[in-house]
Amino acid sequence: MKIVTILKQVPDAEARVRTSEGSVDLDGIAFVIDGMDEYGVEEALRIREGGTDAEIVAVALGPQRFEEALRTALAMGADRAVHVETDVALDAVAQAGVLARLVQEEGADLILLGGKEADWDSAALGAAVAEALGWPLSDWTTELTLEDGALRARHDTDDGSERLEMPLPAVVTTQQGLNEPRYPTLPNIMKAKRKELAKRSLDELGAPQPKSVTLRQEIQTRERLGRIVEGDGGDAARELVRLLADEAKVLP
Amino acid sequence: MILIVTQAKGERASKADLELVQAARDVGEALQLRVAAAVLGGNTEPCAHDLARFVSNVYSVASPELEPFRAEPYTSAVQALATGLGAKVVMASASRSGLSFTPRLAVRLAAPLLEDVIALSQADGKLLATRFTYLSRVTETVRAESLPVVVSVKPNVFTVAEPADSAGSVEAVDASVGESDGRVRSSDRQSAQGGRVALEDARIVVTGGRGVGDAEGFTRLVEPLADVLGAGVGSTRAVVDAGWRPYAEQVGQTGKTVTPDLYLALGVSGAVQHLSGMNRSKVIVAVNKDPDAPIFKVCDYGIVGDVNEVVPPFTDAVSERHG
Repeated sequence: MKIVTILKQVPDAEARVRTSEGSVDLDGIAFVIDGMDEYGVEEALRIREGGTDAEIVAVALGPQRFEEALRTALAMGADRAVHVETDVALDAVAQAGVLARLVQEEGADLILLGGKEADWDSAALGAAVAEALGWPLSDWTTELTLEDGALRARHDTDDGSERLEMPLPAVVTTQQGLNEPRYPTLPNIMKAKRKELAKRSLDELGAPQPKSVTLRQEIQTRERLGRIVEGDGGDAARELVRLLADEAKVLP
Repeated sequence: MILIVTQAKGERASKADLELVQAARDVGEALQLRVAAAVLGGNTEPCAHDLARFVSNVYSVASPELEPFRAEPYTSAVQALATGLGAKVVMASASRSGLSFTPRLAVRLAAPLLEDVIALSQADGKLLATRFTYLSRVTETVRAESLPVVVSVKPNVFTVAEPADSAGSVEAVDASVGESDGRVRSSDRQSAQGGRVALEDARIVVTGGRGVGDAEGFTRLVEPLADVLGAGVGSTRAVVDAGWRPYAEQVGQTGKTVTPDLYLALGVSGAVQHLSGMNRSKVIVAVNKDPDAPIFKVCDYGIVGDVNEVVPPFTDAVSERHG
């Protein structure tokens, strides 16, 4: 079978994000592979290591820096990579069309990607790609097994979790708990440099029009009181209850 | 028309449903559109009649295919209804299920998707949405370039709508569900909250960090406080990794994002990854014995002290207030 993992390279959570002139300024920021996407790469590797004969193709749609995420996936063990390189900011619906065409070209059976993107705070891409392909989806997945052409999963719901069963081909979005991604070893990092990383242009895949555009971005930090309540445990606790009830008015 | 889409969970419209009504009224005023509602599920009539106290036209869409929630039959039913009614805006709550079917709906309607929005307005007849981005550190305004548009609305942000002056009508409509929509089968549903309010819906969240000590510390300190407050229970990644609590409770970058009125962080140090999941809470309270813990930089009220000495009297004082 063929497994496609979709990847992004996102600002490190510790990075101090700035805005200038109404948009996020990523100059000088450290980037890492999106943590939830990394669970997808790891899960693909585990499926193969579990005895399923699978080619693993890492795919990214985005700016030049996304190449680093693909290199990370290759170093973890993916077989080859495809980068649709573009600086055009496409919304999830527009991205889904491009990725769906790429996946159809590849003839993949399974797509793995993160449940929520750590740069755009968006959980839409997995469902949008599934719809663009007409495939079923297991989202927020914490357990995954493949058996006889069917996919079995446990995933989170609004108020808990449930088991899902669906035929392949299918899309799976990940979340924490699915697995613990491996660190690439130095020999594998060296080996990854010789693996194929193909570049594709957006035009070849049908250059979509964005359906929504971001007008402005700003940092709005909420002013916090930062008030330390003094006194020993019991006195401070009772004073805190009073403040929350009478001053902040947030107690029921 | 603006069509809000809700799930029949019990006999009454939920708090999230009524927030959705309020968000739709705001959009309706901005774009000069009237508001209608669709209630989907297995048994929708009671909930539809309750919602009719708030919305003039309610469509009751009942089918065994729509209970429990699965994204594909849901998308088909909503698409058929929205297309038939000529809806210009389709809105749903940005719950896990809402986040799961709204992108599908947007693809099918070839519509823009405004996701997890906290405010809505218009400019030149186009819908504008405000939402959080970059791990909730940045607030952005996004414009949908065309109508119809699909919107998911962040829970706990909009106020709960007041009933309308007069009750609306309820119309039963057939669910239009395709053959392939049944290919995902679900089973073995489990509720993760142990009878508590869902983390994302909770007005108050009590989160324990490594400072709580161990799994027993959660049952001794965190859960009793959550129960007297009617709060949801959250955990940090360290706690989940240690196996003290389930993944479903994790708040932070790789877990859940919460925006309650009150967030109580007990024994939580305040790593950036955790802060990104709760930094939009209205009031943040921190209890930690380390005065240099980063959580104190983002809190409104803090106590420097041992959770074992602070939390039990705090819980007692809250129960006393409740009588």
